[in-house]
Amino acid sequence: MHLSEITSSGFFFLAPWLVFAPLAGLLINMIFANRFKFSENLIGGIASAASGVAFIVSILLTYSLSLQHGEAARWRLAEWFSIGSLSLDWTFRMDTLSTTMMLVVSGVGTLIHIYAIGYMREDVRFKHEEGRFARFFIFLNLFLASMLVLVSGDSYLMLFVGWEGVGFCSFLLIGFWFEMDTLGRSSWANSNAAKKAFIANRVGDFGFLIASFLIFWNLGQSLQFDQVFEAAKNAPPGVIVAITLFLLLGVAGKSAQIPLYIWLPDAMAGPTPVSALMHAATMVTAGVYLVTRSAPFYNLVPDAQYIVAMVGAITALFAATIAVGQYDIKKVLAYSTISQLGFMVAAVGMGAYVAGFFHLIAHAFFKALLFLSAGSIILGIERGHHHAEHAEHADKSKSKKGKKEEHGHAEHGEEAFDPGDMRNMGGMRKTMPVTFWMYLIGALALSGIFPFAGFWSKDEILLDAKLHYPAAYWLLTIAAFFTAFYMGRQIWMVFFGEARTAPAKHAQESPKVMTLPLVALAILSVGGGALNFPFEGFHNLGHWLEHTLGEVESMPLNLQVAGVSTLLALIAIGISWLIYGRKPLQNGEPDPLKKALGFIYTGMENKWFVDEGYAALVIKPFDKLSQFLADVVDWRFWHDFVHERLIAGTYNWISAIALDKYSDKQGIDAFANGLATVSQRLSAGMRKIQNGFVRSYALSILLGVVLILSYLIFK
Amino acid sequence: MEFHFPLLTLLTFFPVVGVLVILFLKSEQKNAIRWVALTTALITFGISLWAFSLFRSANPDLQLAEKYNWIRVAGWNIYYYLAVDGLSVLLVLLTTLLSAIAILCTWTAVEDRVKDFMIFSLLLEVGMNGVFLAQDLFLFYIFWEFSLVPMYFLIGIWGGPRRVYAAVKFFLYTMAGSILMLVAILYLAIQTNTFSVPDMLSVLPGLYAAGTISAGAQMLLFVAFAAAFAIKVPMWPLHSWLPDAHVEAPTAGSVILAGVLLKMGTYGFLRFNIPLFPNAAIQAAPWIAALGTIGIIYGAAVSYAQQDIKKLVAYSSVSHLGFVMLGLFALNPEGVAGAIIQMVNHGISTGALFLLLGMIYERTHTRDINVYGGLWKIMPVYGSIMMIASFSSMGLPGLNGFIGEFTILLGAFGSKAISNPWFAGISAIGVIMAAIYILYLFQKMFLGPAGEVTHHHELKDLNWREIVTMIPLVVLMFWIGLYPAPFFNILAPAVEKLLSALPL
Repeated sequence: MHLSEITSSGFFFLAPWLVFAPLAGLLINMIFANRFKFSENLIGGIASAASGVAFIVSILLTYSLSLQHGEAARWRLAEWFSIGSLSLDWTFRMDTLSTTMMLVVSGVGTLIHIYAIGYMREDVRFKHEEGRFARFFIFLNLFLASMLVLVSGDSYLMLFVGWEGVGFCSFLLIGFWFEMDTLGRSSWANSNAAKKAFIANRVGDFGFLIASFLIFWNLGQSLQFDQVFEAAKNAPPGVIVAITLFLLLGVAGKSAQIPLYIWLPDAMAGPTPVSALMHAATMVTAGVYLVTRSAPFYNLVPDAQYIVAMVGAITALFAATIAVGQYDIKKVLAYSTISQLGFMVAAVGMGAYVAGFFHLIAHAFFKALLFLSAGSIILGIERGHHHAEHAEHADKSKSKKGKKEEHGHAEHGEEAFDPGDMRNMGGMRKTMPVTFWMYLIGALALSGIFPFAGFWSKDEILLDAKLHYPAAYWLLTIAAFFTAFYMGRQIWMVFFGEARTAPAKHAQESPKVMTLPLVALAILSVGGGALNFPFEGFHNLGHWLEHTLGEVESMPLNLQVAGVSTLLALIAIGISWLIYGRKPLQNGEPDPLKKALGFIYTGMENKWFVDEGYAALVIKPFDKLSQFLADVVDWRFWHDFVHERLIAGTYNWISAIALDKYSDKQGIDAFANGLATVSQRLSAGMRKIQNGFVRSYALSILLGVVLILSYLIFK
Repeated sequence: MEFHFPLLTLLTFFPVVGVLVILFLKSEQKNAIRWVALTTALITFGISLWAFSLFRSANPDLQLAEKYNWIRVAGWNIYYYLAVDGLSVLLVLLTTLLSAIAILCTWTAVEDRVKDFMIFSLLLEVGMNGVFLAQDLFLFYIFWEFSLVPMYFLIGIWGGPRRVYAAVKFFLYTMAGSILMLVAILYLAIQTNTFSVPDMLSVLPGLYAAGTISAGAQMLLFVAFAAAFAIKVPMWPLHSWLPDAHVEAPTAGSVILAGVLLKMGTYGFLRFNIPLFPNAAIQAAPWIAALGTIGIIYGAAVSYAQQDIKKLVAYSSVSHLGFVMLGLFALNPEGVAGAIIQMVNHGISTGALFLLLGMIYERTHTRDINVYGGLWKIMPVYGSIMMIASFSSMGLPGLNGFIGEFTILLGAFGSKAISNPWFAGISAIGVIMAAIYILYLFQKMFLGPAGEVTHHHELKDLNWREIVTMIPLVVLMFWIGLYPAPFFNILAPAVEKLLSALPL
């Protein structure tokens, strides 16, 4: 694998437009949208077009790359900075790994941009904030630009720019409705979720930073990929282990693995297109990309690989159990995402990079599909809610004079209606048929049912695990069982039985601008397996990535592994039917599993109390510590006691004795009285210092003169 | 030396022209006074750009030098000696820019004794420019002490309720440190027969080698200089005057204080401590790195516990300046250059934060964080600029703060002088903590439901003057973040030269 330096052939000169296109879209909307009163379609259209251009550029780059048989190319845009031995450029890297990510990010990104035009149009109206429509697309384009920097950077530091950039966009978009909670009530909840996401990510970024310092000082004073990978071959393994484990901390932050996954469920506070694009399909897979990119490191240290694989596998199972106990449609999907990211991390940890990447792509398709469909359902119910409410209002205004009509819908009643709660749904296959079918396809793909994309990608991971890491294999297989179960539960609760509430009953199907992207993603979810069929001659993705990763194992379909996992998935769906499908949940009835599992279910329902644990063990102590440092150590001890009492006090005392005769108290007091309007206590204490002012100055000078003279004399 | 136009003298003393004009104006002519002051500051900024255009960044030496005999008493060679090099040129530009911005931000904030205010502001600029340009220790000391006086009055007259207390404390602390430095300066001058720093630098290695100045004496001299500078920085645990001064100072005072005056401390280490006392500097490096690390963590933790928005940013300065000290005493190009960039960054970002907090204070007259909330919805432009400044301050890649922090930490991690990666490793936790306290500030003020203060005040978004005040800073945040190469190129040769003289 040789690296053509700065390539002039093909379309590689277009590489910077991966970033410039979304930036241009962002700037146009930022500068002109509000000034010239752009219509919502125009704003969304500009943003989607910007994303579309990035997608076309990705295609052209991939095409150029295939022309030179996958040999990596680089395109240097500009110098970044150089000082000492550190020298960095803004250089884009096109190899088979990065172009694959570019295609996924910009392709799925474009579909979600289009969907968001329809979604946000209604969302801003339900929240009475029409003015915020443009801001959403500005942020979304900024995210796309950052994400493309992340995947196309040619050095660890450029990758890090994108890495933190997407974290920043995540902060902005989770907190998009920063003045409310997910139900539109005035609250700190959404902004708390945004803050939590950023800080959890920063903990991971700390690991990334330390890793990059280790890389720089131990691997040839560079951060450029090829150079450090070359230097790694002769580096002591201890250093590589340290680097890989610090990188793993970064991965745990960005890709929501144990112990830093806690931010992702809360991130569902963001508008649903954000959950789909960033918190399912693309941003959270950055960690998987990072491990794959760093494969030359991980391949050198099997111990570190084992740790990565186990972190992934344990996360996969742990999150899957929590997903079973959730009622919010997006929360189920969020924990499912954590679990599936666990699958990917486990895969790349095992060195099964192709399998991990295959699953990353397939997951991007079907999880984006699921989230967008969930968004469609939530809006459908919102529409039904408004419909029902208007009917209700009509009744009310007949009997009384409708007073509350001006208020937003959120203020109605004691408890706000939650359109995302699956207990409020039921029977929605009739009211939202298109969404139903799309959701079903996504669910089957996620559950790993033949022949959907998820079947192929998940089986490849399981097969690799079986061969290399039996413990991970069992964890992942059980996780796969839970996956099928919670998706079954969701399908029965949401779409079957009878509507449990009026809004669900009156739910309306979404417009085409939303359902068409769903159809596109559904097609990809069905056919995505073709990327890497486990048959001789069909390992397309494997052969493509081989150019970057070196020789990869391409494995034939193993009927035993595929059979066991498919059987388990079918059993899980069957059980979910027995519990939720055969006898549909009634309004107000507790989850049937609660009776059956007792305290275990309580644990699942409450996310195993991990958030509470963090609050008690990390957040509270940190708050207390900083309060203690601020109040007691800094203020009362350093400020009041040491500085005020000891130093200033002594100084004043000396100066009072030494210079009392010469001071002009009257003049200074007059000055002070003119200026000071301070509290009783302070003025008492302060007058000493003020009186000391000129005297102290004089004393200081005297002191200096004495010292110098004594030096000169006794020299 | 051939005669050339005394550009640096013009740069340093031009604000005095403005002062003279203002003296002829009546106190009631407030707007005229403001315009004169602003014009003066802008012209001074223009002169600094002119000087910069003549500055050759490839040249590591002092440039545009003006050296005249000044005082010759008892064999003491005191010079009037101004010059600039890569270590100081950015700080001079920062000073002239921030001075103009500070004057612009007081347009409506200061209504009381405008004439005096502007006179002090312009005199302050003279002192600050002098500090960064003087190459003679006597001259430096005069500018150093002189810059205290206008700031003392700015805090003491236009400050908050405890202004006199804060002003006196500010003055005394800095004075106390300076005394030790004065003694050390005199000792050095006696030994070397000159006050000119470049001349000292050519003589000192011989004196050290001959043992005329012992290693112990060198360390004492280092400590004496460090005492003055460490208080100014301020390094932990000498920071106690800073929250008082910042909280009480008027906005313009805070901007200059954080933006420039603190840099006089770090600049002092860079310009004097490291080259004059190289062995002592290397010996002290781990200790200063330790203090820097403590400052980073401590400042960040204490900042998070504040209820007063200005105090929060004041403590964040302790943390940020800890990074600068850590980078300086990494004593490698990455660390030192990163530290200089970070000095500029801190001036830009923290300056911007104080400006922004001043704008809201002008509207609400409260600094209590708990009464705010939801401001982004009410004041979208203000919120957006605040967001950029906040993330710049916490070191988001793509903005300026990251470039400084990353190079500092990278340099400190592999520093031979510090010889222990743990300092950088622990300091990197400060990056997490910065996110915690900055997001606490941003969330409490700008996100969430509309706060109590919005019920009592009709809050208008920024006006054009306020936006214009912020634009240069925001542009610089992106510029240094995305394309810092020109900035590094300016200081790299001078930094390399500085470090090559160290016996490391």
